[in-house]
Parts: sequence; C-alpha cells; structure tokens
Amino acid sequence: MTDEMSTRKINSFQKQKNKEEMQKMVVSFALMIFFTLVAFALVMLEVPSTYVIPILLLLAFVQVGFQFFYFMHLKDKGHEVPAQIIYGGIFITVMVALTFTIITWW
Amino acid sequence: MSHDHSIDPKNMPKDPSKATTEGKHKFMGLWIFLGGETVLFACLFGTYLALKDSAAGGPTTQELYGLGLVFLMTVLLLTSSLTSVYAIYHMKNNDFKKMQLWMGITALLGLAFLACEIYEFAHYIHDYGFTFRSSAFGSAFYTLVGFHGGHVVFGLSWIITLMVRNAKRGLDLYNAPKFNTFALYWHFIDVVWVFIFTVVYLMGMVS
Repeated sequence: MTDEMSTRKINSFQKQKNKEEMQKMVVSFALMIFFTLVAFALVMLEVPSTYVIPILLLLAFVQVGFQFFYFMHLKDKGHEVPAQIIYGGIFITVMVALTFTIITWW
Repeated sequence: MSHDHSIDPKNMPKDPSKATTEGKHKFMGLWIFLGGETVLFACLFGTYLALKDSAAGGPTTQELYGLGLVFLMTVLLLTSSLTSVYAIYHMKNNDFKKMQLWMGITALLGLAFLACEIYEFAHYIHDYGFTFRSSAFGSAFYTLVGFHGGHVVFGLSWIITLMVRNAKRGLDLYNAPKFNTFALYWHFIDVVWVFIFTVVYLMGMVS
C-alpha cells in the first residue's frame, strides 16, 4: 500500500517536472522566433553590411545555443560527452569556414 | 521483444529512452554521428563561402534570393522542432497516442518545408536558368542546400517508418530510444538550417 503510494507520488512529481521543462522549451522557442524576426528585419531595413553581418552571426549562434542546450538537452546531467563532441565539431566548423574564406579573400 | 521491455505505468522510468543499455548506446551513437555531420556541413559551408561570389556572369546571390519564402521555410522548420519536443514530452509521460500525434505534425511540417524547397529550386532553374552547372556558386549552393534538403528527406522517411511500424505496438523501452534519437536528429537539421538561412540567404542579401 505504502509502496504504491510512493511510486504514484514520484510519478506526479515527475509529471510536474516534465511540465516545467516543457514550459522552458516553449519560452526558448518564442525567443528563437523573436531572434529570427530580428535577423530578417535587419536585412529588410538594409542596415549597412559592416554592422549587420556580425549581428546576424551572433543571432544565429544564440539560436543554435538554444537548440543545442534546451531542445537537445546538452545542459542536462549526463550530456557531458555529447557536449564535448559538439564543441569539437563547432571548433572544426569555425576553423574550416575561416580557412576557406581567408584563402579566397586575401 | 516488446514484451520484455514494456513499460509498467506504475513504475515509469524517468526517461524511457535511456532506461536500457541499448537505449543509452543509441543515444551516444547518435551524438557521435552528429559530430561527424557537423564536420560534413562545416566543409560544405566553407566551400560555399569561398565560391559564393564566383557567379560566372550568371545570377548573383542578391538577384536570386527572396526573403519571403526563406522566412516561411524557417518558421516551418523551427515549429517542427518544437512539435518534436512536444512528442518527447508526451513520451516521458507515457502517452503514446499524443506522441504519435505530435510526431505526425512534425512530419507534416517537414513535408511542407520540403515542398517549399522543391518550389524554390524549380523557380531558380526555370526562371533564372540557375542550375548546378551554371557556375561555381551554383555548384556550392545546390550542394550545401541540397544536402540539407536530403537530410530532411531522410528524416521524414525515418519518422514515417517509425510511426507506421510501431502504430499497434505502443510505447515500450525497445522503441522509445528510436523515437528519441529521431527527435535529436531533427533538431540538428534545424541547427544546420539556422546557419543556412543566416550565412546563405541573409548574408547573401546584404553583401
């Protein structure tokens, strides 16, 4: 009897936790949509490209951060190894992008 | 298989997708795969950045791209990312029907995205004569964006197969990791798209 009670308690506790996590997900989705709108607005308003390109890249990195850390749970416990793998991947991405652009621009 | 792994609703594991050793391995294996995917797309982005101005007299980035369609595609894919989060939320609460419903919505949004992309490519080919062979820019553009579209096609066939195959089985510890790995893969497709709409389309419109 007490056993059944305790498992049921854990389940409702877990359900509440899942719900709270889902609310965070919806908030991060709203922020991502907002960043997308800002990025498109900057391009439509024809802000000079010297300012707009770094801002666009920054907005993209923030959005991708939300995607990785919230939607893909990289911030959670037990995701240390996947996080390392992705940091490595991002490092290679930046290196490759810089190498290819520097080779062609200079 | 499903018999040994069926979920006891009274003793629900905290995360059914990682309750078994097989599930944990699937999870880690997918992340290693995503690390490799990052490098693949890094190379394609690098190639595109190097060749985007080599239009060979053909249409340039500014003449070609339109913001409206790209915005629609972005919203479709971003929303499909959220709907797959909803599906995993219902998986954690052991609600198979709602999980199937949200996975179905995810697949529909993915299909809509794909339709927009096919329309976009057809528009470029017929109205601008801009093909894979037009210029170095054309090759780099279709390789990068096409590779992403190919990932969407693969993801769609993955989720539709999973949904059909497990429709009568219900949720258990054997198939929960499969749905979870799909959701992770689908988020990654969205990550790549964020960089495509920023680096290819938005930066192509300003420079």
